[in-house]
Amino acid sequence: MTIPLDSAAKLLGLLASGELTARQATQASLDRIAATDPEVGAFTFVNTEAALAAADSIDQRRRDGQPLGVLAGVPIAVKDVLCTTDMPTTCSSRMLENHMSPYDATVVARLRAADAVIVGKTNMDEFAMGASTETSAFGKTTNPWNPSLTPGGSSGGAAACVAAGDVPLSLGSDTGGSIRQPAAFCGITGLKPTYGRVSRYGLIAFASSLDQVGPMAFDAVDCATLLNAIAGSDASDSTSLPVETPDFTAGLDRIEGELRIGIVKHHLEAEGLDPEVRQAVDDAIEVFRDAGAKIVEVELPHSDYWVPTYYVIAPSEASSNLSRYDGAHYGHRSPVAASDAGDRGPLVATYCRSRGEAFGAEVKRRIMIGMYALSAGYGDKYYVKALQVRRLIRQDFDSAFQNVDLLLGPVTPTPPFAMGEKIDDPLQMYLCDLFTVGANLAGIPALSMPGGLTSNNLPIGIQLQAPPLQEAKLLQAAAAFQRATDWHTKRPL
Amino acid sequence: MLSVDQPYEIVIGLEVHVQLRTTTKLFCRCATQFGAPPNTNVCPVCLGMPGALPVINEHAVQLALQTGLALGSTIPPMTKWDRKQYFYPDLPKGYQISQFDLPICDGGHLTIADPADESQTRTIRLIRAHLEEDAGKSMHDEANGRADSRIDLNRCGTPLLEIVSQPDMRSAAEAKAFLTELKLLLTYLDVSDCEMQEGSLRVDANVNLKIEKAGDTIATPIVEIKNMNSFRAVERAIAHEAQRQYHEWEETGLTIEDRTKRTFGWDDAAERTVPQREKEEAADYRYLPDPDLLPICLSTETVEATRAALAEFPAVARQRLQADYEIKAYDADVIVNQGRGVVEYFEAVAKGSGDARRASSWIQQDVLRTMKEQGVGIGDFAVSADTLAELLGQVSAGKLDNARARDVFQHLLEKGGSVAEAIKALGIESVDAGEIESLCQELLDANPQVVEDVRGGKMQAIGSLIGQAKKKNPNVNPKQFREICLQLIESAG
Repeated sequence: MTIPLDSAAKLLGLLASGELTARQATQASLDRIAATDPEVGAFTFVNTEAALAAADSIDQRRRDGQPLGVLAGVPIAVKDVLCTTDMPTTCSSRMLENHMSPYDATVVARLRAADAVIVGKTNMDEFAMGASTETSAFGKTTNPWNPSLTPGGSSGGAAACVAAGDVPLSLGSDTGGSIRQPAAFCGITGLKPTYGRVSRYGLIAFASSLDQVGPMAFDAVDCATLLNAIAGSDASDSTSLPVETPDFTAGLDRIEGELRIGIVKHHLEAEGLDPEVRQAVDDAIEVFRDAGAKIVEVELPHSDYWVPTYYVIAPSEASSNLSRYDGAHYGHRSPVAASDAGDRGPLVATYCRSRGEAFGAEVKRRIMIGMYALSAGYGDKYYVKALQVRRLIRQDFDSAFQNVDLLLGPVTPTPPFAMGEKIDDPLQMYLCDLFTVGANLAGIPALSMPGGLTSNNLPIGIQLQAPPLQEAKLLQAAAAFQRATDWHTKRPL
Repeated sequence: MLSVDQPYEIVIGLEVHVQLRTTTKLFCRCATQFGAPPNTNVCPVCLGMPGALPVINEHAVQLALQTGLALGSTIPPMTKWDRKQYFYPDLPKGYQISQFDLPICDGGHLTIADPADESQTRTIRLIRAHLEEDAGKSMHDEANGRADSRIDLNRCGTPLLEIVSQPDMRSAAEAKAFLTELKLLLTYLDVSDCEMQEGSLRVDANVNLKIEKAGDTIATPIVEIKNMNSFRAVERAIAHEAQRQYHEWEETGLTIEDRTKRTFGWDDAAERTVPQREKEEAADYRYLPDPDLLPICLSTETVEATRAALAEFPAVARQRLQADYEIKAYDADVIVNQGRGVVEYFEAVAKGSGDARRASSWIQQDVLRTMKEQGVGIGDFAVSADTLAELLGQVSAGKLDNARARDVFQHLLEKGGSVAEAIKALGIESVDAGEIESLCQELLDANPQVVEDVRGGKMQAIGSLIGQAKKKNPNVNPKQFREICLQLIESAG
């Protein structure tokens, strides 16, 4: 039989009915990875033996009639920014090349409790900084649709392994669009939940006030199943929200009440928005209109400030979060002999060399920006000002959601771009986040789903955004769209 | 203040770091226990491991709140956490979680006895008190020509309250009085054990001079003397630093306008303040609000409930002991300054014996002296308050004289047991009035000169008979003996 690695729902059905064992599903996933990964490069680590052992344990418990978790036997890949005790956690950085975390991230612990089979860790931009997975210290990930293109970033590996059919599910993290943009580039569905919906404990911090872990899968239904497993408040994360977790898979077959969808005209007329992306958005609007949704134009007056605000706040927090990598306690330490430490002395020389050697150019650039933005005399001018603008951006969303249930628009200005196209032009790379960073600054949930193909047969993503904690609404709308269209079923050739 | 000996006024502000009496650390559940083997009381959170997140210890907040209220601080409705960034090997995150612009306690004051005139008080104003986590400890071993450094991170994350005074103190004695009273208050509140040798109370002093010259007041540059861990060190360091600054000013003429604040240490062995390595430029801590922690909002109800439940302050106890037990201010002071345990002991003895003044005098003399000799606290003192109360009750009732009572006390200290058992063991028996009367008559008859002297108005002549009486019967109460002798002389006259 064909093992359906493109659908967690189908796999769960076959596993539950006994037509398939967890070992068979896991072995199929490992075989698929062995076949695709030499070209795609989505994985930093494949945990073959542990995955098979976990699968066998699940099969044994199923035979014994013991209760099993909601993802029992489903292979899953985890972005290498999440701490795991049985695999290295590198953040795709030389700094943590050999880092073994002493603990599991809360989401990883929840995956294990749900009896998902974690097959490996996925490649990413170093410390989640980038939009192309080209800044990984361990080699690039290619787009399964076309190996000359990037898969997007920073969760490029997490998106590519799903698109390549290695696993039906993966976990990514999204600080400024890092789940949604690669999901769009790889033709899959990805959800950035409300800030605080999913625990950040064990998510290696890039920008703490923006980071959020989220599900990546072929469709909205599978995203909902995965979100069920990982969402919920966590006593180890003070910023996790003390709210009940609804069943996100419930009611996905219908849309409750009249759906009002907001369109930001300013975004659709943005300079640099690719015409094919624009066309896909227009088509998606028509799909919803045909399904009975009311389309309303709304304004987000401060959206021109999203990118500048983001590129002050994110690097500021990053410069602080990355201070701990000083070569003293863990990670890369440059051997510095007292005799050649120079005027700075061996301690400062160790700091400088360890960080200098182990951090890549993009990480260094953001540390420098952040240090500058926080430094005495500039803190008020940049950082504090950015916090003030951030509040206005949140207010824009609050006002818009007075009139609409969801916002619909592009995920990215362009379809997937070529390897090397933007890597030497940071500003161009930063503009990839044009439409996605707003949701992170405001803390609202946002979803990317396949909404078309270019004339070159490349995926185009559609973004839906919702008010805080309205993930169920997002998933309902995405599921409705996926019933009406077949873009999410398209696969790389 | 100005005199020929000291042609300047010293200006002193203190920063006191108090370790709060919590069982676990400020942001994790590791033990704060002192003296554990290096790096045993640590976890991913206090080690700053990648991905770990802080969670506030509510008890530390409560203790800080109690302290602030006792110091008359204003408690702002919201307080938040900030990161103070600097690289140091015993600071594993590369930043310390502290409070920058919104400390938990704002303002306040502490009233102390004026060391220059004990009948007067001085009020030392406070700027603020804020919570922060402690760093670890570096140990440098430069033996064998190698510069080995080891780091113990057990102390990382220990909760500290930093209490910052205004520069209101004008002498080393005042600084010592401030610290003594502060320590007393903190131990009354039970918010800290204030064990200075264990680092539970550490002091930095900011010192400079005001020098009168030709009608002008000149201020010398400020020096911060860091990390002193005994009151004696503080007193001596300030006294030394004042001299040093005066001589420096005489030599260089530099004033506060010419030189930024410098950091000195106190060399206890050499008894002098020594400059620490000069920073190349002013430290830039690049503070930012910690995005991993939520601000704390303290409701008026919480603040008021805490205020209502506060333990009695030493200043209040001094007044109350004078009023309730009719003891002198000096005596109340001695008892209160010994700590809350001694006050409780005193009150129990005073109430149990019905003789507060006797209780006060016995505690100040016999109890405190013995405690000092034995090096024990009141909690470990061998004679319980109930037992001492019973003993003193018998003295007041005339059943025992002071000398015999001291014998009983000594016996209780050495052998324990009850007052009755001690009296029996010492062979103390009460002597009946008839027996004393015949003894008096016998001795008066044998000493006509004494009778003569008494008749001539020299009452103290009886004293020479008391010794003889004691020899004949050690249980004779001298007071009773004296009274009966006088009665006999009078009736015979």
